[in-house]
Amino acid sequence: MITEEEVEHVGWLARIEIDRSKSKEYAEQLNSVLDYFKQLDEVDTEGVEPTYHVEDLVNVLRPDTVTESLTQEEALQNTEHKKDGYFRAPGIM
Amino acid sequence: MAYNNPDGVMIGLEIHVQLNRLKTKMFCGCSTQYHNSQPNTHVCPVCMGLPGALPVINEGAVEASMKVGLALNCEVTDRTQFHRKNYYYPDLPKGYQVSQYDYPIVSNGKVVIEGEDGELVVRIRRAHMEEDPGKMVHMGTIDKSRGTLIDYNRSGMALLEIVTEPDLRSPKEARRFLDKLRNILEYLDVFDSNLEGSMRVDANISIGGGSRTEVKNISSHKGAERALIYEIMRQKNLLRRGGVVTMETRHFDEARGVTTSMRTKEEEHDYRYFPEPDLVPLKVKDRTSRLLDTLPELPDARRDRFVSQYGVPEMHAKALTSDIKVADFYEMVAEKVDPKVAATWVADVLKGELNYRDLTVKSFNVEDMVKIIQMVIDDRITDRSGVEVIRTMLDSGGIPMDIVQQKGLMKAEDSVVSSAVDEAIKENAAAVEDYMQGKEQSMNFLVGQVMKKTRGRADPQTVREMIISRIK
Ligand SMILES: [Zn+2]
Repeated sequence: MITEEEVEHVGWLARIEIDRSKSKEYAEQLNSVLDYFKQLDEVDTEGVEPTYHVEDLVNVLRPDTVTESLTQEEALQNTEHKKDGYFRAPGIM
Repeated sequence: MAYNNPDGVMIGLEIHVQLNRLKTKMFCGCSTQYHNSQPNTHVCPVCMGLPGALPVINEGAVEASMKVGLALNCEVTDRTQFHRKNYYYPDLPKGYQVSQYDYPIVSNGKVVIEGEDGELVVRIRRAHMEEDPGKMVHMGTIDKSRGTLIDYNRSGMALLEIVTEPDLRSPKEARRFLDKLRNILEYLDVFDSNLEGSMRVDANISIGGGSRTEVKNISSHKGAERALIYEIMRQKNLLRRGGVVTMETRHFDEARGVTTSMRTKEEEHDYRYFPEPDLVPLKVKDRTSRLLDTLPELPDARRDRFVSQYGVPEMHAKALTSDIKVADFYEMVAEKVDPKVAATWVADVLKGELNYRDLTVKSFNVEDMVKIIQMVIDDRITDRSGVEVIRTMLDSGGIPMDIVQQKGLMKAEDSVVSSAVDEAIKENAAAVEDYMQGKEQSMNFLVGQVMKKTRGRADPQTVREMIISRIK
């Protein structure tokens, strides 16, 4: 069972502010999603290899060769928050 | 004498090594040569985490990681894969770091270092590949931060995180381990320690079987030793006052030399590791024997070879091979002059003078070293003058012959010394008499007179012997 506190903690981990009045509603919704997944636990997977990837591929590699990077203008074109060639974020610490 | 580790200190290290000798980043073709570049000029949709970008693993990074693992006597994992480690921080553009979790590329290795009481085996638990975050620059002071600036040039650089078992028993052993590791990495040519941020260390410390603390943000080997000394003292004081060490993460403040508690709300399970769906697993164990064949001679093997090939003492062989550049330098010098004499000059004199000035062996060239050693061997300058030539060259440049001439260091001809000795004996009969009566200082006076007459170009020990043989 997901509690309201857990909803708030998960919100904090994702840096999303959860409105207190909504945390009960979110907890119920998340619990119903979890219940749905619990149905999968009922399947007998004894002796079945875990699937980590849907493609049956291994060793998709590229050589250590330089390709062109973006220019600084291109790198920053999707943001309004920039200064002196840097991205700008709120103060951290 | 066995080291009994009185405080029951146990130290384990996690070392993040940037594989900065690769040409490109871990999952994209952006160049690794971003040092001294403008911010955000070595970036692409992959390393900035733009939607729809698809990472592809750098084969060079995989093989470099395997080489490190093999050099640390690890096993290569049969099937290895990447996970996403989820957390939000501005330096991490995707909101997760691609890392490895339950199947690191290599594990179960060991490194032998010189411990407090002889050889110490340090077990390597694992080494896993991951990507470096970007770099943050804080605006204003930390207290009154007006925002954070982010440069993603470093984002996506290939890192190898090497994790030891808690086998180290003192800050000194931790530092020696780090020195040895750095040396091995440089021999493998996967790593350049001179680049900023190339090696970062986290240390786990416990004493007397108590809880361990993790100290983060250690950026140098000297810093590691200082952080550990401080943290051990802090834990001891806490216990002495009846307190209890709690498991926590602490931050090393390099400027103040102290560790401070870091409030972290994130716990291990909060990272919600899950397999990275954009990358397929690796099965690279079959490359092991080929890679083993390409491994260069490593420091321990080279040390043993120096002893057998050049006949130098173990102590010199160790000093010479503890830095690949010094070892290469020595071998070039040893081709031209007596290897044993060369070992003394490079290991004892040159290395000491370089360390004193915080310089590397790059500051000196092989030909000059050969010339200086040759002059000493030919008895044209004294040992002391040889040292003086090296010091002068390091401090103000110049070439050996010029310095010898300008400073008048060339040894006086034997005949000149000989007549100076005769004169000194004749002119100082009283001093000679005093010496004969057992007054040892009088000999120093006589030698001093000869040195004065030859303007310091005679070898004091030889002069002393000459005087004694002539007055007896
Ligand atoms: Zn890139």
